[in-house]
Amino acid sequence: MTTELSLPRTAPTPAPGKNSSAARTARRRAALEWIALHSLALAAALFFLLPFVFVFLTAVMSGDQALTRDLWPHTWEWGNFADVWNTPGFLTWWRNTLLYAGGGTVLAVGSSLPVAYALARFRFRGRNVMMMLVIAAMMLPPQVIIVPMYLFWAKQLDLAGTLWPLIIPFAFGNAFTIFLLRQFLLTIPREYTEAARIDGCGEFRTLVKVVVPMARPAIAACALFHFFYCWNDYFGPQIYASENPAAWTLSYGLESFKGAHQTDWNLTMAATVLVMAPVIIVFFFAQKAFVEGVTLTGVKG
Amino acid sequence: MTTVPVPSAALRARRRRSALRTLGFLSPWLVGFSVFFAYPLIATVYFSFMKYDGFTAPSWVGLKNWAYVFQDNPFFWPALRNTLWLVLVMVTCRVVFGLGIGVLITRIRTGAGFFRTLFYLPYLAPPVAATVSFVFLLNPGTGPVNTILAAIGLGEPDWFNDPGWSKPSLTLLALWCIGDLMVIFMASLLDVPKEQYEAAELDGASAWQRFRFVTLPNISPIVLFAVITGVIATMQYYTEPLVAAKVASGVIGGSGQHFEPGYPDKSTLTVPQVVYNLGFQRFDTGAACVVALVLFVLAMVFTVFLMRRRSGFMSPED
Repeated sequence: MTTELSLPRTAPTPAPGKNSSAARTARRRAALEWIALHSLALAAALFFLLPFVFVFLTAVMSGDQALTRDLWPHTWEWGNFADVWNTPGFLTWWRNTLLYAGGGTVLAVGSSLPVAYALARFRFRGRNVMMMLVIAAMMLPPQVIIVPMYLFWAKQLDLAGTLWPLIIPFAFGNAFTIFLLRQFLLTIPREYTEAARIDGCGEFRTLVKVVVPMARPAIAACALFHFFYCWNDYFGPQIYASENPAAWTLSYGLESFKGAHQTDWNLTMAATVLVMAPVIIVFFFAQKAFVEGVTLTGVKG
Repeated sequence: MTTVPVPSAALRARRRRSALRTLGFLSPWLVGFSVFFAYPLIATVYFSFMKYDGFTAPSWVGLKNWAYVFQDNPFFWPALRNTLWLVLVMVTCRVVFGLGIGVLITRIRTGAGFFRTLFYLPYLAPPVAATVSFVFLLNPGTGPVNTILAAIGLGEPDWFNDPGWSKPSLTLLALWCIGDLMVIFMASLLDVPKEQYEAAELDGASAWQRFRFVTLPNISPIVLFAVITGVIATMQYYTEPLVAAKVASGVIGGSGQHFEPGYPDKSTLTVPQVVYNLGFQRFDTGAACVVALVLFVLAMVFTVFLMRRRSGFMSPED
């Protein structure tokens, strides 16, 4: 008995002797598998990495060289990034994107939290119907309702050409954020909120003082998702802001940038790098929250 | 003993307070849902029966918009056909490739963290930036991909400029951005009970048999989830095909520019683009609303399917 327990955990089948042919075959097979798997991973790594590499290399080429088949820059034109940065409008797009993404995120998470909390904790008639409507709204393509929405903002409120039609709706809860937060809040044991209630906390105080601190990872994931959604959004700015270049965001501006620099692949790629960079930098600081969030959407459903 | 308990005044007051509290917590969404979901949806139905150019007053035309969209609009059917292609090919490729990458990443011993980060990263690239990049990478004249293909003596497709290659090019871009699926598959693969693999191994199952009879049954709910959310995403597929078509055709961005949607040869047209084209380029609000409703029905059919199959979505706690 004791000998069995003390067997090394790495050996799946008790090998008769260290150098028996069976053990050697097993080891050789493991080594081969290691090599095969890692070769595959390296091949995949090339597929995922090379587009970034070529985009970057083109971004630092001279304009003439970017129009040739050269893959490696002769001279490193770091000034391309400065040229893009100083393009009229680029800073405005940057500011607008931050306003849209930042404002939208704060509003969406702030207004979705109480809704998610109510859907996760309160018992009331129609709760399941509400949940179904949240999911329906989440799955609804934005284009389905865009015509009346545009007419509403443009004709009734005269706000077309500004960022307001993009930001204001997030003050009224965001279906995806509600869904995600609710899924997470369901995993918080009832004992915590009940203890707070016994201590005399109202529901709102319970939410703020007990639930929010516990839900910090989920809130961070939602905020990140939302921020990136806005950062990446092209359709919204195209609908509401396209008439007014002062209200363009990076996503919308980037495409027109390509238009204005028809043949300048190097500058277009430099602009692309500048648009991608913040997302990637934020990711490296918040990797864990991200992966947790993706997992939460798909698996904990 | 048989008296029916009459709710005391205190109890009724407590119930009312709790109802008010629920309403208070839900109020952002109740407003949001009414103003940004229910109202525009009803208005879309209303406008689908109206002739309205956004300037002169709307007038009732009955089913004329519907007839126009289904019979005379040159973009509607090509867009639907493209959607079908994308559902069949792009969604399938994404699920198979995502699962493959997920399996690979869970079995890697050395450098797993590095590979995982690298495989995930393209998912974060803003779609416009990623699309512009891919149009550059795949441009027929000087693009790095064709440069390499030429160097090793393979053919040089015209990618985004060839109607036969434009959707495969978009699929390639979609495979590059596989990070979300990879993470979901990775999490579900790690949840498969180890004992089942050990039992299968004792029974002499090969690696393929272990995948087929242990892994797949365990992760099949996630595969289905990936397929259906993939189909729903395809219904909304807008930015990538539009930007690819604009950049590849050399159309200058911004407003007021003439752009024939779906370049090349309507091959990148999707249903949401038809809504945009009708509503915001041709100012045919009624017809745009008809297409929007078709899109709504398509998206909701798959959403209902998803909710049915994934009852966990709806299950109340405890």
